[in-house]
Amino acid sequence: MKIAVCVKQVPDTWAEKKLRSDDSTLDREAADGVMNELDEYAVEEALKLQEAHGGEITIITMGPERAGETVRKALSMGADAAVHLVDDSLHGSDALATSYALATILTGRDFDLVFFGSESTDARMSVVPAMVAERLGVAQLTFAQKVDVDGTSVTIQRVTDYGFETVVANMPAVVSVVEKINEPRYPSFKGIMAAKKKPVETLSTVDAGLEGSQLGLAAAWTVVEDFAARPPKAAGTIVTDEGDGGVKLAEFLATQKFI
Amino acid sequence: MLFTSEHDQFRQSVRQLVEGEINQKADEWEDAGIFPAHELFPKLAAIGALGLEYDPEYGGGGADHSFTVVLAEELGRADVGGVPMAIAVQTGMATPALARYGSDELKREYLAPTLTGELVCSIGVSEPGAGSDVAGIRTKARRDGDDWIINGRKMWITNGTQADWICMLVRTDGDSGYQGMSMIIVPTDSAGFSIGRKIKKMGNNSSDTAELVLDDVRVPVRNTIGEPGQGFQMQMSQFQDERLWISYMAVSGARRAIDRTKEYLQVREAFGKPLLANQYLQYKLAELVAEIDILQGFLHHTAARYVAGENVTRAATVAKLKSGRLSREVADACVQFHGGMGYAEEMWVARYFRDCRLGSIGGGADEVMLRIITMMEDMGKPQ
Repeated sequence: MKIAVCVKQVPDTWAEKKLRSDDSTLDREAADGVMNELDEYAVEEALKLQEAHGGEITIITMGPERAGETVRKALSMGADAAVHLVDDSLHGSDALATSYALATILTGRDFDLVFFGSESTDARMSVVPAMVAERLGVAQLTFAQKVDVDGTSVTIQRVTDYGFETVVANMPAVVSVVEKINEPRYPSFKGIMAAKKKPVETLSTVDAGLEGSQLGLAAAWTVVEDFAARPPKAAGTIVTDEGDGGVKLAEFLATQKFI
Repeated sequence: MLFTSEHDQFRQSVRQLVEGEINQKADEWEDAGIFPAHELFPKLAAIGALGLEYDPEYGGGGADHSFTVVLAEELGRADVGGVPMAIAVQTGMATPALARYGSDELKREYLAPTLTGELVCSIGVSEPGAGSDVAGIRTKARRDGDDWIINGRKMWITNGTQADWICMLVRTDGDSGYQGMSMIIVPTDSAGFSIGRKIKKMGNNSSDTAELVLDDVRVPVRNTIGEPGQGFQMQMSQFQDERLWISYMAVSGARRAIDRTKEYLQVREAFGKPLLANQYLQYKLAELVAEIDILQGFLHHTAARYVAGENVTRAATVAKLKSGRLSREVADACVQFHGGMGYAEEMWVARYFRDCRLGSIGGGADEVMLRIITMMEDMGKPQ
């Protein structure tokens, strides 16, 4: 079985995120880069399927040179090879451009399954997996908390607000996973050393056959017109209980539309 | 010492494991007075942390000592001292002699399953009547055909209530002195082996510490590590690893304690400004940071010499002495600067203060380190 896992380097989840003043894009230099947490679950699920069914796992990422650290981490967890799309012209690409680039790389690479984390901690749109599936013309199975492969079909439990749905599709297919699905492994010493020798194919947009007009900030369908720093924390409301504390609390929660 | 990107990645892995598998459960284990070694150790083994430097033939990683530095430094940053100490016993204190001098048969039977975390081990040197003075041990093994018959008591045994085997130093010849000691692997399910008691301690409470009783315990002579009679020398070599481990953990632990104290002093206000704006506190912390920098530099230099195959006994002794003392100084400052919160069990500081006190006692007390340095300086044997 051939599995691709798309991963993204994001600013450290716990770091304060900033936008750049010049072009209103994410300031990637302001914080340490880490693998998007949900992508670790995607890599883990691919590794589990590989352990059960054999095959090969290829990591795919697009991002600046520094995103190579995230590629290394995925390889040290156990993936076999990687493709890293790195090009200055990708800067500022929106979800549509990202899905175009990823789908182009995946086209012709003969995958049974393409895994994603269900969202990234920086953009948080959850749309790229669906967009990639649409561009590839294959089934999309999103928000999976369980994945089973049987012959030529894949079955997932798709998390909803009220429980889960069982969704079945023929492969190839795109699957995005949620954090309930597994416990990602920590890269081991042996895995880290072995990753040094694993092949990483570095592509420019030209190498990948991408149209420059569909990439980058200029091609984005969304525009950040203005932004402001988060205001400092305001003083809270103290409810003093003078026998009517419960009522006052309920009134406060109602004004804040919690109840 | 030059750390590569592979060291950085391994550091990240250990840090995540410490956060996810140790810190999250630290309070519970401290209250229980024990942690589940048979559950935790396989998780450490999965990232290669239990056998970094050992022969891949027995499941080790074949790494050089620089990766042990990374592992120990990250374990030293944990929210609790007892669990890292227990891990250090498993991988850096009870197994080096077996890996270096043990027979192939013994390594397959004991080392390999210990590196996977399936077996838990302890180091058994100290006794009720002898600790840092190793030559004073009395536990005896008498030869009976192809077996040893062991009698005696062992004290302060980390992992003692849950270990599967003990790397035990016993007297196989004579009654005293450095000669006639042997290192024997004693399975804890042997008839006549029992746990005398679990010892209540001032700190490191998540780690179980036991007194062990050996009453006519019969183990095969083939369980002897290396040659009979060479036990003292093997333990001295094993002590070098132990003292380096303790030092690496102490210095990174002190560094983290300073960082956490700085964070607290930044948000805690007194007299209209953050406490950290107080120059006395700034300078005191700066002094401690300078001491930590020097000691960490010395340790990295020592580790590089160790990797190059040099004898680092003296450096390990000096590092153990100074890191134990520096941790105590750091812990005292951290408690003091936290004020009442430093004295409350709900903050990390009180636990750190209690846990790190052991650094000047375990693995040879400060006074034994001074004795070794005194002898190395040709000042004669202290009386």
